[in-house]
Amino acid sequence: MTGSPILETIGLSKSFPGVKALQKVDFRLYKGEIHTLMGQNGAGKSTLINVLTGVHEHDAGEILLGGQPVKFATPLEAEAAGIRTLYQEVNLCPNLSVAENMFAGRQPKRRGAIDWKTIHARAEAALAELNVSLDVTKSLDTYPIAVQQMVAIARAVSVDARVLILDEPTSSLDDSEVARLFDVLRKLKQSDIAILFVTHFLEQTYAISDRITVMRNGECEGEYLAKDLPVELLVSKMVGHERMTERLQRAESEPPAPMTAVPPFIEMHGVGRRGVMNPVDIDVQPGQILGLAGLLGSGRTETARLLFGAERADAGTMTIDGRAAKLHSPRDAVRHGIGYCPEDRKKEGIVADLSIRENIILALQARLGWWRSISKKKQREIADDYIGRLGITARDAEQPIGLLSGGNQQKVLLARWLATEPKMLILDEPTRGIDVAAKFEIMDRMLALCAKGLGILFISSEVSEVVRVSHRIAVLRDRYKVAEVAGNATSEDQVYRLIAGGNQ
Amino acid sequence: MRVFKAALQHPLAWPCLTLVLLVLLDLTHNANFLSLSMLDGHLFGAPIDILNRAAPLVLVSLGMTLVIATRGIDISVGAVVAIAGAAAATILADDPHAVGEALIAALTVGVLAGMWNGVLVAFVGMQPIIATLILMVAGRGVAQLLTGGQIIPIGSPGYLFVGGGYLARMPCSVWVAMCGIALTALLMNRTALGLFIRAIGINPVATRLVGLRSGAIVFGVYTFSGLTAAIAGILASSNVRSADGNNAGLLLELDAILAVTLGGTSLLGGRFSLAGTVLGALIIQTLTYTTYSIGVPPEATLVVKAAVVLVVSVVQSATARTVLVRHLRRAFAGVSKRPITEAAK
Repeated sequence: MTGSPILETIGLSKSFPGVKALQKVDFRLYKGEIHTLMGQNGAGKSTLINVLTGVHEHDAGEILLGGQPVKFATPLEAEAAGIRTLYQEVNLCPNLSVAENMFAGRQPKRRGAIDWKTIHARAEAALAELNVSLDVTKSLDTYPIAVQQMVAIARAVSVDARVLILDEPTSSLDDSEVARLFDVLRKLKQSDIAILFVTHFLEQTYAISDRITVMRNGECEGEYLAKDLPVELLVSKMVGHERMTERLQRAESEPPAPMTAVPPFIEMHGVGRRGVMNPVDIDVQPGQILGLAGLLGSGRTETARLLFGAERADAGTMTIDGRAAKLHSPRDAVRHGIGYCPEDRKKEGIVADLSIRENIILALQARLGWWRSISKKKQREIADDYIGRLGITARDAEQPIGLLSGGNQQKVLLARWLATEPKMLILDEPTRGIDVAAKFEIMDRMLALCAKGLGILFISSEVSEVVRVSHRIAVLRDRYKVAEVAGNATSEDQVYRLIAGGNQ
Repeated sequence: MRVFKAALQHPLAWPCLTLVLLVLLDLTHNANFLSLSMLDGHLFGAPIDILNRAAPLVLVSLGMTLVIATRGIDISVGAVVAIAGAAAATILADDPHAVGEALIAALTVGVLAGMWNGVLVAFVGMQPIIATLILMVAGRGVAQLLTGGQIIPIGSPGYLFVGGGYLARMPCSVWVAMCGIALTALLMNRTALGLFIRAIGINPVATRLVGLRSGAIVFGVYTFSGLTAAIAGILASSNVRSADGNNAGLLLELDAILAVTLGGTSLLGGRFSLAGTVLGALIIQTLTYTTYSIGVPPEATLVVKAAVVLVVSVVQSATARTVLVRHLRRAFAGVSKRPITEAAK
């Protein structure tokens, strides 16, 4: 960490109409370090990255690359200067081979024709440098997301990379994949590449970072060595008030309410679908939270989709409210009073171009049918009511939902189902990609709803979250339910052991 | 200037502007272009003529708008126009007084054709362009079978009244088209169908997960498209007093798609504008009228039409406009200032 930084910003500012996205941001990135940028949604992380990579032009201040002032008009210019960026979604072509993806646009040629031999050899060599070995002639989509990400990294760093920017690369990876990605990053770090890392996961931040820069409201809140910054302090810096520390500790000591014997709202006996999920017994009681814990691919989402009729079961029986029921489609589930906030909010949840109002009333209107239209006035009332009650931050109810931050989108989806007055909600990773404050708010809503008699199936890859709020926890492994434990009688460690395959 | 700029932001601004420009062009050639005269209690004049001739296209485009809003496309409407006309003509050829039966037969055939498309797209899961391509090709065949490969003349006065008669001073077909527009607008705005269709067009997966029967709605939309095409077929065959399996509604599907896009509805689905579509159809018909009236030689009309459409489409595309404006600024401002690049969103 000696010498001058490879990438530096001095007094960097950027405004969009009505928003000061960046205000006098000083930021330094050194060779051979992994530097994590943290902040809530809307803190200015993305804007900073966009300015550094030439997506947006800054209004004031300077960017220095290797000591020289630079200004990038397009992402291509930034790339040519050695700044490579990987966004949340893998931006490669899934239908092309690994090697083609790595060399697309700069194929080595021999006598006017593409030199496949060299491409394959060089692709393999580049991946081998990251300790990844795979068949580079196979199409990219035959590999899991994590491997695709490695390919993207290999492509990014294969020619003269000086700075590698990773924007939430881990949001769709499971723990072992994250570990693998981190190995690759450590390797890159040794070869003197500067790495800028953006994530919402606190644990990951500490596992990988040398330094942490915290941003809030477009300003730089401070730069810290990771080892000198306790997690509570980090969170309070991000949120901006010290009370958060208190809040965190209280949440941890709060035991979930004791279980009482209530007849279950929904009961699944041996419900499964071949190739999707092995037969599983699950029941959700009114006024209780059933947590589903397990690794990515353990069948959490699949179980949720079976419960919602999004995946049609080919085995087992189901009772709802004590009566036998069959769910052929989500529509059947909605009719029984079940709501589902899916894991992939963007693809399966929000209808991006529609307004907040329309997104909120969509499920209710779907239930009423096309003929019994809810009047505009009533729609506004419902929307404004939930915007107020759930604390949705938006200009007004007519704003398209696609323009909201992740946390607010999630609240709108919650409102969508609450408007149908459901008896049970399935929340699949409701807090993914959401900043800490919004996370707590959503968890609070869940507990409050639950106290009013709503049954909740809660899925999260953060075991601590599941343990904290659930009355009961079902543990899944390899598409089987392996255990069910009471929430107040278990610890995080115990759940981890169950997930890993140990005994109760 | 600011008001002007804000007005240009309105989605209907560009189609309106195009239509106004076309009318102005006509006025420079013929100062009486907009004047109407009364003859035998009927209105006559170029605008009435354009409205009358645009009626079938407007109707077909209404159905097309909804189909496109669900991310689909229906290229079989031209063939359905031909089938509907042929069905009516064969019945009338046997009994010129069976107007009611002829109309019902034409409409039924159109609805069936639409249902066929709907089943293929919504329930079989075929890609819309392929599914409707089948009927586009087969439909012409069906129409030719019905007419026996001949042009069947229609002489039934009752039937001819629908597409050629006058009602309260206006051509009957204009009334039919206006009813079509009003009913569609009512369906989209007074019921929740408009919302559902937009939601399906924007995010079909999410729409299914809120418990909507997207399949049924998509099916309904194609059926509706078949119905509007059948009505257009009745108007067209009545207007030309014959049913021609080969040429009735030929390439009408392309004009309809063009009308929808000119009206500002994206082919990617989602947002749609019925008013825009109607304007789009009127633009196309006015353009055809203009090319004839300003004396473009018949062999050049298609080229002129294509050129105008190209210009209009480029001007309507926000992306193309940004690029154009940037280049113009560079050319004029030269060294004075950096071009202001819009946020790339």
